[in-house]
Amino acid sequence: MPKLKVDGVEVEVPAGATVLQACEAAGKEIPRFCYHERLSIAGNCRMCLVEVSPGPPKPQASCALPAMDNQEIRTDSDMVRQARHGVMEFLLINHPLDCPICDQGGECDLQDQAMGYGHHSSRYAENKRAVEDKDMGPLIKTVMTRCIHCTRCVRFSTEVAGVSDLGALGRGETMEITTYLEKALASELSGNVIDLCPVGALTSGPYAFVSRPWELTRTETVDVMDAVGSSIRVDTRGSDVLRVLPRTHEEVNEEWISDKTRFACDGLKRQRLDRPYLRREGRLVPVDWQEAFDAIAERLGGLAGERIAAVVGDQCDVESMFALKQLMTALGSPHLECRQDGARLDPSARAGYLFNTTIAGIESADAILLAGTNPRREAPVLNARIRKRWLAGGLEIGLVGEHHDLSYPYRHLGDTPDVLSRILEGEHAFAEVLRRAGSPMLVLGMAALAREDGAAVHALGRSIAEAFGMVRGEWNGFNVLHTAASRVGALDLGFVPTAGGRDLAGIIEGVADGSLDLLWLLGADEIAGDLPGDTFVVYQGHHGDRGAHRADVILPGAAYTEKDGLYVNTEGRVQAGVQAAFPPGQAREDWRIIRALSERLGRRLEYDSLGDLRRALVAAHPVFAALDRPQPAEWRPFGTGGPVDALPFGAAIANFYMTDPISRCSAVMAECTEVFGMGEAA
Amino acid sequence: MLDDRDRIFTNLYGWFDWGLDAARGRGDWSTTREILSQSPEDIVEKVKASGLRGRGGAGFPTGLKWSFMPREVGEKPHYLIVNADESEPGTCKDREILRNDPHKLIEGCVIAGYAMRASAAYIYIRGEFVSEARRLQAAIDQAYEAGLVGRNACASGYDIDIILHRGAGAYICGEETALLESLEGKKGQPRLKPPFPAAVGLYGCPSTVNNVESIAVVPEILRRGPEWFAGLGRERNTGTKLFCISGHVNNPCNVEEEMGIPLRELIDRHAGGVIGGWDNLLAVIPGGSSVRCIPKSICDNILMDFDSLMAVRSGLGTAAVIVMNRETDIIRAIARLSYFYKHESCGQCTPCREGSGWMWRVMERLVTGDAEPEEIDVLEQVTRQVEGHTICALGDAAAWPIQGLLAHFRDEVEDRIRRRKSATSVEAAD
Repeated sequence: MPKLKVDGVEVEVPAGATVLQACEAAGKEIPRFCYHERLSIAGNCRMCLVEVSPGPPKPQASCALPAMDNQEIRTDSDMVRQARHGVMEFLLINHPLDCPICDQGGECDLQDQAMGYGHHSSRYAENKRAVEDKDMGPLIKTVMTRCIHCTRCVRFSTEVAGVSDLGALGRGETMEITTYLEKALASELSGNVIDLCPVGALTSGPYAFVSRPWELTRTETVDVMDAVGSSIRVDTRGSDVLRVLPRTHEEVNEEWISDKTRFACDGLKRQRLDRPYLRREGRLVPVDWQEAFDAIAERLGGLAGERIAAVVGDQCDVESMFALKQLMTALGSPHLECRQDGARLDPSARAGYLFNTTIAGIESADAILLAGTNPRREAPVLNARIRKRWLAGGLEIGLVGEHHDLSYPYRHLGDTPDVLSRILEGEHAFAEVLRRAGSPMLVLGMAALAREDGAAVHALGRSIAEAFGMVRGEWNGFNVLHTAASRVGALDLGFVPTAGGRDLAGIIEGVADGSLDLLWLLGADEIAGDLPGDTFVVYQGHHGDRGAHRADVILPGAAYTEKDGLYVNTEGRVQAGVQAAFPPGQAREDWRIIRALSERLGRRLEYDSLGDLRRALVAAHPVFAALDRPQPAEWRPFGTGGPVDALPFGAAIANFYMTDPISRCSAVMAECTEVFGMGEAA
Repeated sequence: MLDDRDRIFTNLYGWFDWGLDAARGRGDWSTTREILSQSPEDIVEKVKASGLRGRGGAGFPTGLKWSFMPREVGEKPHYLIVNADESEPGTCKDREILRNDPHKLIEGCVIAGYAMRASAAYIYIRGEFVSEARRLQAAIDQAYEAGLVGRNACASGYDIDIILHRGAGAYICGEETALLESLEGKKGQPRLKPPFPAAVGLYGCPSTVNNVESIAVVPEILRRGPEWFAGLGRERNTGTKLFCISGHVNNPCNVEEEMGIPLRELIDRHAGGVIGGWDNLLAVIPGGSSVRCIPKSICDNILMDFDSLMAVRSGLGTAAVIVMNRETDIIRAIARLSYFYKHESCGQCTPCREGSGWMWRVMERLVTGDAEPEEIDVLEQVTRQVEGHTICALGDAAAWPIQGLLAHFRDEVEDRIRRRKSATSVEAAD
């Protein structure tokens, strides 16, 4: 723990800290461009120069200098002031100073620091440099003349994203940041370079010239595009969601988000359901709420509970699922289902469906067995954590499933579940790796569970976890990587068939053979295409997607940015989403719709506000009370042992850019699908 | 003047064969095995005692540098890296060693490698040195064949491999950490220090980077004893040195001389004097393009060694003496150097990337006088903003020539601006 003085203030910093960090600890602001906490140290912008004694009689780059005992740092001396002035002047001489037409304006490090440390006018009388813009794909707009060569983007893409598409060509003042071959940055995390760029060289393509930061209302909420539950900030102007940015959450997304999280928000404005519809003579016609409710009440009139079923979708909030479950229970229906993809997840043991290790826990693992998962597509931010762990060294990774570039090397062990059986029996070389490991992990993806023998694979995973000591003491290395933001919350609620209830296959069968008369789809679009027969379908959701096409009644709900709601991520972390905008037209928050309908049906739910609902929810399921504190789940038996098929594991997600109603309606995601060739894969 | 018997580079001019037999005839490889029978610490101590300072430009004591290497080889091997990326304008001393006395360097590699417990020596040679690279490789092959290098080198029980690596012609790769990057196959950009190469060098292993001349003189120092080397020159500036004299002299040449020889004697005796006589001298850049020039008034009495030149705010650098007589347009000469540094800046850090281009552009205008007098001060401030603010010394090297010009020839710069102004006003009047 070195002790040093910064401008006369004594500070003690952890061993290995830099002088820059010591200055921050002492409350001194150090200007910087290239330095970033989560990237390697480049030391190239020279903005963070400080005076250090003992040391050479010239200023030192504080970002790259280790803090040592008895150092005396000056951040306010003439030498430092002049150095900052000088560097700032150099940065600006070839910068176009086109702030009025730059999207970074108002949130630009260069702009801010030029105000603090720059000259009042320019002494540079020569021509400025101009740099040709680069094509980095549909997401990133480039104005390379503005680039100050901090190389944050290069370091991010090589270190965090694990793609070597970005680099610097040329040298001296003709050095240019480029994608070498003028191709789109092939990473699901590419949008983060926009946040990292301290100037307006890399800005958001879809957001270009849309708004100024001071016109925006900021709402801190969580993401529902995958099951990671990244912390995000939603920026709105009026009722329009204009952009989505990451927030720092060390245990979840650090400060990254995936491109889908960031760029799918234009889908919130397209194909929205803004009023109720009712199918009359084969056509959906707009009606008012009363008519829609009447139609449902009429259809439900006298129906026995076992002729009613409900399926919830992948982006539902816990509250609306809870309300729907209560309504369904009141109607006597045992047919509840949340596993739209048919995953054979056993809801009886919570540890059996959580990412128990936690995302931050990945950093303690020393062996990872991935089965039926492609984390790069299913949870890019979580995948970045695995890569971060891999970069630290001493991590062995094996994969059973489809072979993909995961941005780190791994052993491809095979693609069929019997490889897992062989590992369990110790007949596979990777068994030795797991046996040697101190903190081994198993990650089961949806491709391993959403299949005929999913329950057996699930049980096999439990056996592997137990056989290789993955569950011991504080460490639980058994993990399920979900793809749906609502899934864990729904399982926690028990939105699964109750005694005598039908599961997903049973419900589809019941629809086909007419033994179900009413099916309620709460944001469940993924199965809607597979529904034959003439069962009366109530679709409650926010987009005119697959579910709406099959519906007999459409109840317009709210998207994740338009309601307060709880979501539980794959780790079992309960997080609160916050309303950033209002639902369009007559659309309403989903729990309100269910509550209102319950009254019409004469089965009034006992809450009139979200607060009341949450109190009832927590009373029934205390697990939802622990906000942002994942609770370790008790290890209990789960899964159903049995033979596994020889069928190879497929892909849970074919097209990363289009997985849900919002992203399917996003023009930006459509363009990405085309550019990155995901459409063919789908 | 250096006695012939004190010369180290006895085939500097290529008058004799470069090959192994001829080199042996000149004394190379004669007692290598005995030298290697000493402990590495003894060798380091002797090199320290000789007072040898690095010949690549910075003049850091060579023995001290070697002593920074870890005492024992740990998990990672040690490497010796020889910097043969000689690209400093005006400098051509290493080239002659590579051409005509390659075995001195190879023997030096074995001894220096042994002293720092290196498992391999990498020689990073300038890309443009095509025939020199061939010659050196041939000499290395000869040494391997004769059992002087490789496993059990010189039958001493010490194993060392020598690997020749050709650069691609970037000046910045002569900076030691940029050289390491380039050797690793990356873009040649200097690294941040600390960590220094002795801790984290080539491929993350402890490494020491030395100039060709520094390594090539080591065998002779150890054969004749450090006292002999320390007895030449002055305190802290000992031994012999290769000087490269170019420019306005009657006989441009490379010559090995004693450190601390008066500049005037060096030029008059070896280079046939300044063209037009000593009084026709304008200025000298005494240590390769990177140091500040000195005007004739200083040249009259200056001694050619590290400390004397440092005292007049110049430097010995690589001891490449660039002589300019009164025919020279000194502003244009320095502007050309500014162009060189602008062209060779790696672009990594801000002051050098942006400053070198700025300085060059202003210099070009000063050549024609197309500037305002205030811009001289701005230029001088810009050089101060670059100097000492960069990752490596190239920023300093870009700033110093201009500082030298403005320190000693400011009148001329101002005069040119004035003349240009009056000429344009006459034109305007017409």
